[in-house]
Amino acid sequence: MRGRPLLFTSYESDQSMLNTMTKRVVLVVFLLLLSALPFTGGGAPGNVRLFDWNIPIVGFLSANDWLQLMGTACIFAIGALGLNILTGLAGQVSLGHSFFMGIGAYTAAWLGAPEGPLLGLGLPIWIWLPAAGLFAAAIGVLVGPTAVRVRGLYLAIVTLGLVFIGEYVFRNWRSLTGGSQAGRTFPRLDVRLWKEETPIFGTTENGDWLTANGKAFLFVLALLVIFTLLAKNIQRSRVGRAFQAIRDRDVAAEVMGVNEFRYKLMAFGISSFFAGVAGALLAGYFGRTIPERWDLILSVQFIAIILIGGAGTTSGALMGAAFVILLPRVVQNFTEWLKGAIEEGGIVATIADPLIATSQNDFGLVNTLPGVAPGLSVLQLNQVIYGLLIILFLIFEPLGLYGIWFRVRNYWKGWPFTY
Amino acid sequence: MTETLLILAQEAGGPSKVAEAVAEGLSLGSIYALLAMGFVIIFKATQVLNFAHGALSALGAFLVASFATLVNFPGRFMEDSPRWLQWTLSVVTALVAAALIGMLLERLFLRPMVGEELFAVAIVTLGIDISLRNVTNDFIGTDPRPLGDPWGTSILDLGWVSIAHTEIAQIVISLILVTAVALFFRSRTGIAMQATAFDQEAARAQGINVGRIFSISWAIGAVLAAVAGIFVSVFPRRSAGVDTFTAFFAFKAFPAIILGGLDSIVGAVVGGFAVGLAEAFAGEYITASWLGAGFGGIVPYLLMLLVLLVRPYGLFGTEEIRRV
Repeated sequence: MRGRPLLFTSYESDQSMLNTMTKRVVLVVFLLLLSALPFTGGGAPGNVRLFDWNIPIVGFLSANDWLQLMGTACIFAIGALGLNILTGLAGQVSLGHSFFMGIGAYTAAWLGAPEGPLLGLGLPIWIWLPAAGLFAAAIGVLVGPTAVRVRGLYLAIVTLGLVFIGEYVFRNWRSLTGGSQAGRTFPRLDVRLWKEETPIFGTTENGDWLTANGKAFLFVLALLVIFTLLAKNIQRSRVGRAFQAIRDRDVAAEVMGVNEFRYKLMAFGISSFFAGVAGALLAGYFGRTIPERWDLILSVQFIAIILIGGAGTTSGALMGAAFVILLPRVVQNFTEWLKGAIEEGGIVATIADPLIATSQNDFGLVNTLPGVAPGLSVLQLNQVIYGLLIILFLIFEPLGLYGIWFRVRNYWKGWPFTY
Repeated sequence: MTETLLILAQEAGGPSKVAEAVAEGLSLGSIYALLAMGFVIIFKATQVLNFAHGALSALGAFLVASFATLVNFPGRFMEDSPRWLQWTLSVVTALVAAALIGMLLERLFLRPMVGEELFAVAIVTLGIDISLRNVTNDFIGTDPRPLGDPWGTSILDLGWVSIAHTEIAQIVISLILVTAVALFFRSRTGIAMQATAFDQEAARAQGINVGRIFSISWAIGAVLAAVAGIFVSVFPRRSAGVDTFTAFFAFKAFPAIILGGLDSIVGAVVGGFAVGLAEAFAGEYITASWLGAGFGGIVPYLLMLLVLLVRPYGLFGTEEIRRV
């Protein structure tokens, strides 16, 4: 449809994922940029550097510590895609996402971790990663009937209960989880054929090729692309349309022949599958995790991701994940920059001085010396900002980042006309 | 009959063990009942499921701690009066402050959300919870803040059961508050609140100031949460005072409100006591070593799941009528 990009003559072209040239070009460039990130940073002398220059604007993202955050964001995006299917598409509010992530993580640990004092079979990743997802999905379907019976806010609280029950089980099943506050090691994201010594693709630092963070980032990025395709295709299929029908009006959906029970159960299963995979990846990415990791705060983080990103949209889940995971670091860097500016003096210092407490007895909203001066610590500031963001997005921009992007895009499409 | 009961009691480890579990359960239950009642009042009147209740209760307890011990207000102006009177007045001041904060939160963040999806509004309160909890925790700091309550750690020993003075106070005060709320619902404002809960538009058409009802219900909810917060931060629970974990206590009131039904005040009270008793008895009797630590803490959730399997709208909740 060259020349008439928005004229759709068939359902297929209307539903196609990349229906304009611009989208295709932007996506390819964006993916290339992302996969180039690990190759631009420094690291050990043996590491490959394709570019000696930093990618403009996003160059800081290629720093080694930022790459780790980017990888975390990719993993959270996988989990958020799952919750988006359940909450965004099927309209079932779940606060139990972290419970399913925990199940995925411990399935992965049992199957993938090397044999030792704690349970572990030492199987390769192509077994434990799908198994983590499938087992979490099985539990999701098992819990489903209770969850399908209740609706709306009751469901939110039931899933909240799941998180607490799960946390209790994780804390007390010491032979698998290592017990409260101690935790255990998880299988790293190394690709092996079977139990051989050197992996085909390892994410450990070995002096050549790339830094550990860079390799792990590439690995989870590839997985994220696969899972995004999967989520997008579920959304565009008969199943996805059934989910949306249930979300919009469950009785009407049932009248039209959508089996409510079956599809809700399916939504729970699919969402738990994504959660299980994300949990296994998250635990493997960091290598060591305590049972308290899978708590309510993690679930709330996922709710925040899909709300800030834009509920019901795949790209929203991706943007939300990047936003929520990278924001704390941005805030931290910003406070540090302000602190530096105060020490240097000048106009920024005059503005920032009442905001930042740099020494004891110095009044400030934010405190860069934890526990000494009054004011929020950077960690608390992050939490407060994060809470406020949830509130403000819901009040002012219910469609989230996706809504903002949508409006900006439409403005430029019609530029210089306003309609 | 009495003999059977005695035998049962002997089987259960003697009457004193049962009595202790009952006392513990009643005092826990009274806290849950207060929290649950606050939840339900807010939910009924404004259709908001308030996840910020825990943060409100911690904030209330912190306000009591600051008014009673830190700034000693209004005690510093009346030093000759007895200690308990000073403390009570400090508590009243703190409760008024908590009510004002509750009203302010509603006005700022929830009034713009009127008419939105229930779920979206609930998530707004989750955002409030995160922000408010962190600000409160920052004020509290790393060490617990003692509340300076007059009961201290004194215990009433009856021989066969020993019960803390705070626990008696808890049960008595929460019963008074339950009665007060019940009486309030028979007053003019209370009836207006019931009308608002039934249908906001119709209530408006009858000349009820719906916005004012929203404010009042949040004020009541915040006060009830604060009272619960006080009870959480005194002797048998956290004797050192209010700390950064106080806010999480309110999450255990969720099973109570679900058990009773989200929109039933009677249900909240019954559910609160049921959950408290269940937790206390489980803590006393279900102590098999393979269950590990903290099984009592999840009994409320298991109970909730069981009840929901049988009655999806709780024991006293009204079933939602679904129309196309």
